[in-house]
Amino acid sequence: MIFGIFGKKSLPLVVLFLVGLIFMPYVAPRFYIYLVSAMLVTGLLATSLNLVLGYGGMYQFHHAVFYGVGAYTTALMLTKTSLPTWVAFVSAPLVAAFFGLVIGLICARLSSLHFGMLQISLGSLLWVIVYRWYDFTGGDDGIHGISMPAVISGTTPAYYFILAITALCLLLMFIVIKSPFGRILQALRDNPERCAAIGVNVIRHRILALVVAALFAGVAGSLFVTLEGSVFPDLLFWTLSLEILIMCLLGGWFTFFGPMLGACLIISLRTFAGNYTEYLTLILGLMMMLTIFFLPKGVLGFVNDLFRTRFPGQSLEESSHAPDKISTKII
Amino acid sequence: MLQIKSLRKSFDGFQAVKDANLSVNQGEVVAVIGPNGAGKTTLFNLVSGQLRPDAGSVLFKGEDIRGLSPYQLCRKGMSRSFQIVKIFSRMSVFENVQTAVISRMGKTSNFFTPAGGIAVKETERILEAMGLSGKRDRICGLLSHGDQKVLEMAISLGSDPQLLILDEPTAGMSSEETATTIDLMKRLSGEMGLTILFCEHDVELVFSFSDRIMVMQQGSTIIQGTPDQVRNDPQVKKAYLGGHD
Repeated sequence: MIFGIFGKKSLPLVVLFLVGLIFMPYVAPRFYIYLVSAMLVTGLLATSLNLVLGYGGMYQFHHAVFYGVGAYTTALMLTKTSLPTWVAFVSAPLVAAFFGLVIGLICARLSSLHFGMLQISLGSLLWVIVYRWYDFTGGDDGIHGISMPAVISGTTPAYYFILAITALCLLLMFIVIKSPFGRILQALRDNPERCAAIGVNVIRHRILALVVAALFAGVAGSLFVTLEGSVFPDLLFWTLSLEILIMCLLGGWFTFFGPMLGACLIISLRTFAGNYTEYLTLILGLMMMLTIFFLPKGVLGFVNDLFRTRFPGQSLEESSHAPDKISTKII
Repeated sequence: MLQIKSLRKSFDGFQAVKDANLSVNQGEVVAVIGPNGAGKTTLFNLVSGQLRPDAGSVLFKGEDIRGLSPYQLCRKGMSRSFQIVKIFSRMSVFENVQTAVISRMGKTSNFFTPAGGIAVKETERILEAMGLSGKRDRICGLLSHGDQKVLEMAISLGSDPQLLILDEPTAGMSSEETATTIDLMKRLSGEMGLTILFCEHDVELVFSFSDRIMVMQQGSTIIQGTPDQVRNDPQVKKAYLGGHD
């Protein structure tokens, strides 16, 4: 059933890619293992954002909050309590989902832009609390030197742990998107009024979607702690939210793997271009403009379209997403 | 099935609906006619929960439904189409109708079963009945306006309603498309026993197949009666038919 869910054309590609990732630590230097781990974690975060952004049509402007909450939950439980490690990892997504619920309950009634603006405010509020509460969160210093159990400490073991959890989460999100819940979510993006007229409780469904997205962002947060062994307030600062938003748009927000691709592109750019220039944000801004003008559906959306025109009747990713003539605006 | 008494609604001091009265019995086809700005769409929005009335009563199956949201009314058996088509434009024709069926089955919070395999037969049956089978895999944002209107009716049927409310079902259609749509509406009422409430500009068409007609002018009901009663009413002649039959 699970394999039937993946697009028939994309399945071999996904498998090949996964096999490549599994064997990578045997051939690649440590730095690259670390880099790919970072891409996976950020890609997971961006994909969870896209669940509500690309599929749900909601202006989720401050998604990093849930990532930060997940990361801090894991970090605090590992350093301040003597509970087993798995509890710290399991509670990260749960606490993030709880925050998703609270923020969702406050924001979901509002439409599009107002929703996004209020979310930025609430998220920034949380950031200030984390930034200032020295006794509990370590304030602007954050928490460093968090020790992990031997099984997942060190670059390669952490890499395998991150790879496994990310793959599992992606699979789960894919299943969710193809489920009735995901179908209604996409229907909400296309026409909320029609959705209400066919008996969907729009607000409840939006809140549920936020909770699910926050849950996966929380997982990404705890994976970040595994990789870095530290947390700091920047994890829930709004600039990170903007960065993952750009990843979604660049990679293709109407495709499932687009945000992951966007994350890989932007992290590569940051790592390699960072050696030559300090003006990385300038490059990012330029890239964003070029994307909006020339690739409104993102890189993967473009590749999908190309594939479709070359081989009519087949598509790389089995999705019901925008054909050429339909506007790519969310609302 | 539906009783509306002295319904009122104003926007910023403008009285869109002043005194609307309407009754729709089980199995009837009832039309609302009136010149532009008579308050027909506002009336429909008041009935289907898009707007909240200022005063008056709306009873659906004997129950007061004022203040209920559109989704609650849909679950009670009321389904509607809109004057400006509202469909899921990125989905295929099949998926549009299937989504409505999924919602009716109460499976919207199912996270793990693939949606593609749910209610396939029922969806195909609706598409067949509406003559959309040939276009089932087309992305509906790219369909012609007429087909989109028909699709919207098909989506409404996916909710398995008892009362179908259609806001100008043939607006913007070619004469051929209009004929097909009227034929469809006749079959929905005749074969499936649906109660239909609709409003329409084309007076000829309304008189040809409605059981009863309600005439509105400047937000008030002038008369509700059989096509013959309405045709012979002096007030209607003066207000709407321009004084000649």
